[in-house]
Amino acid sequence: MAIFVNENTKVLVQGLTGGQGKYHGLRNRDYGTNIVGGVTPGKGGQDVDGIPVFDSVAEAVAATGADASFAAVPPKFASGAILEAAEAGIGFVVCITEGIPAQDEALTYNTLVRNFPDTRLLGPNCPGIISPGKCNIGITAGEIAEAPTAAGPNVGIVSRSGTLTYQALYELKQKGIGVSTCVGIGGDPVPGTNFIDCLEQFQADPETHAIMMIGEIGGSAEEEAAEYIKTNVTKPMSAYIAGVTAPAGKKMGHAGAIVSGGKGTAQGKMDALAAAGVEIGLNPTEAGELMATIVAGL
Amino acid sequence: MDLFEYQGKQYFARYDIPVSPGGPADTVDEAVKEANQAGYPVVVKAQVQVGGRGKAGGIKLADTEAEVREHAAAILGMDIKGHVVKRVWVEAASDIDEEYYASFTLDRAAKKHLLMLSAEGGVEIETVAETNPDAIVKLHIDPVDGLDSATARQACVGAKLPDRALDGAADILVKLYRCFTEGDCDLAEINPLILKPTGEVHALDAKVTLDDSALFRHPEWEVFGATQELDEREMMAKEKGLQYIGLDGDVGIIANGAGLAMSTLDVVNQVGGSDIGGGANADVMAGALEVINFDDNVTSILINIFGGITRGDEVAKGIVEAMGRVDLRAPIVIRLDGTNATEGRLILENAGIPEDELRSEPTMLDAARAAVSIANEN
Repeated sequence: MAIFVNENTKVLVQGLTGGQGKYHGLRNRDYGTNIVGGVTPGKGGQDVDGIPVFDSVAEAVAATGADASFAAVPPKFASGAILEAAEAGIGFVVCITEGIPAQDEALTYNTLVRNFPDTRLLGPNCPGIISPGKCNIGITAGEIAEAPTAAGPNVGIVSRSGTLTYQALYELKQKGIGVSTCVGIGGDPVPGTNFIDCLEQFQADPETHAIMMIGEIGGSAEEEAAEYIKTNVTKPMSAYIAGVTAPAGKKMGHAGAIVSGGKGTAQGKMDALAAAGVEIGLNPTEAGELMATIVAGL
Repeated sequence: MDLFEYQGKQYFARYDIPVSPGGPADTVDEAVKEANQAGYPVVVKAQVQVGGRGKAGGIKLADTEAEVREHAAAILGMDIKGHVVKRVWVEAASDIDEEYYASFTLDRAAKKHLLMLSAEGGVEIETVAETNPDAIVKLHIDPVDGLDSATARQACVGAKLPDRALDGAADILVKLYRCFTEGDCDLAEINPLILKPTGEVHALDAKVTLDDSALFRHPEWEVFGATQELDEREMMAKEKGLQYIGLDGDVGIIANGAGLAMSTLDVVNQVGGSDIGGGANADVMAGALEVINFDDNVTSILINIFGGITRGDEVAKGIVEAMGRVDLRAPIVIRLDGTNATEGRLILENAGIPEDELRSEPTMLDAARAAVSIANEN
C-alpha cells in the first residue's frame, strides 16, 4: 500500500515537451513510474523519447486511461492546466510550478472544491510525491528514497518545504528505514493538499507505521495539524520545524497581526506538536534520529 | 512588494477608490507646489514603510505655505525607526467625523479571501482586535463567488457603520476587493477609512502589498520596483534573481530552497544567508557567491544543496566558475546531495581547487560544524 499513488497509477506529464517537464518526466519514467503520455497544446502526435504527446488532457485520457497528472508548466498557464486535468477526470494532479500568483491559486483551489471534488491537487510549488519502488511524480531524486519492506516498520513523510523533503528522505535512507510514501505538499499560500489530508491517509494506510512531518515558520498549518493529531492520529510521529533562528518576518499590515494572533512562530508550532505527542527534533537529522528510535521500538 | 502610502493611493485611484487630492514631493519646494495645487490646509506625511510615523512626528498639518516649508524641511531626512524619509506625500486635509478599518487578505487556513471591517478604525485597531474582537467583522469570501454590493453592504451593517456611511463604504469595499483580486494584492488595507461631515467615505491611508508572482501581468508595477527600500546587498541579489536575507553573522549561507536555507541557519545559528531558489544553474550559483562575497563580515561560506529541480552538476560548475572570476574572501564548505550530486562532486574534485579554499562534507551537520569552526578561526 501507499497513499495517493501506487504502482498502478497512470501518469500524464502536462508540459512534457518543455525543459522541466521533459527532464523530470523522463527521470520519473526511468524510476519506474508508469508515464503513459504527455500533453502540450499544438504538439499532439509527436513523442518524447517514445512517450506519446497529445493536444489536450481529454484526448490523452481517452487514449491512455491516465488517472494522474504531473503539471510542469510555467506559472501563467498552471491554473489552466490544473483545471483542464480536473475537467478531463484526472483524480490526482501534482503541480510543481513555482511562482503562481496567489489570487490564481485561491481561485483554482476553490473551483476544484466546488466543481471537481473528486480531483486532488498536490502543490503547487511542491517537489511532488514518491512511493519508493512504485511511483515517483515530480522532481524528487528517486535514489534518495528507501523502499518500504513488507514486514515493516515503514515511515510516511509529509513536508511543507521542498528541499527539506529530500533531507527527510535521505535521513531515513541513511538509517535504512523504509518509506511508504513521501508527500511534499509545498509551501505556497493555498496548497491543494495539506498536512491533515496526508495524516488522515497515513493513519489509514496499513503499510505506514510511523509518520515524520517537516514544517516551517509562517501560517498556521502545523498548529492545525497538531489539533488533528491529538484526536485522530495514533501512529507515532517525529517532526522538525524549519526557521527556529530565522529573523522575524515582515508584518503584513494590521491585517496580518489580527489574523495570526501570535501563531506562526517555530516555537509555537513545536509546542503545539509536542502537546499532541509528536517527538520534536531541532534539526532534520535529529528528527531522523528520533524516528529511528521510534521505529526500533515498533 | 510593499508599496509606500502614496503608491498605494495611486494604485487605489486606478480602481476608483476615493483618496484625497495630493502628490509626492522629494524637496521642500516640491512639497509647496503640491500643497498649492491641493489647496490648504494640507497634511504633510512621511513616506516610510514602518508603523508609528504619526507618533514619531512624521505627519503634520499645515495651514499655510510657510508651515508646509517648516514641516517638509523637518520631515524630509527624518529617521523613523531606522527608515530615513526621502519623500513626503502632501494632500488636502480632510474633516473627519468617524474612522473605520477595512482590509482584504487571503486567509490561508480557510483558503478563502477575508474581509475585515470595523467601525473602530485608526491607529489602535490591533488593540481593538485583542480587547474587543467582536468589533471587527470578519467575512470569508469564496474567490469563485467574489464580493457583490449586497454582501458588502451587509458587512457594513454588521460592523455597525452608521446608515449615512453605508452606501459609500459598501461601494469602496467592492472597489477595494476588485483592487485586491484583479490588482493581485496580498494585502489591501485602508486604515483609517473615514466618514466626512458631508457624508462622503474615503481612504485616508493606503497599505498595499503586491504579489511579486503576478508581476508578469502587471507592467504598471515597474514604477514601484525602483523605490523599494533595499540595501546594496539586497539590490545586488535582486538583480541576479536571488532571494537574499541580509543578517549580521560571519558565516555566509547559500542553499537551494527557503526551507533548507532556514534549516541550515538553524544548524549554524549565527550567520548571513542566501537562497538560490529552484532550478539554479551555474550562473545563478556564481551570482550567489558574488552577493555573499560582497559582505565583508563573512569569514566562511556554507553551501548546502539538496538537489531536486536544482542539479548538482550545475551547482558545481557555478562554484568553479565563480572561483575563477571572483576573488572569494572566505573558504567554502559544501554539502552536495540529491539530483546529479555524484556528477557535481566529481566536477569539484577534478577542478583542482586547494582544500583550504573548498572542502566537501558528507552531511549538513558536518558542513555546518566545519563552516562555524572556520569562522571562529578567522
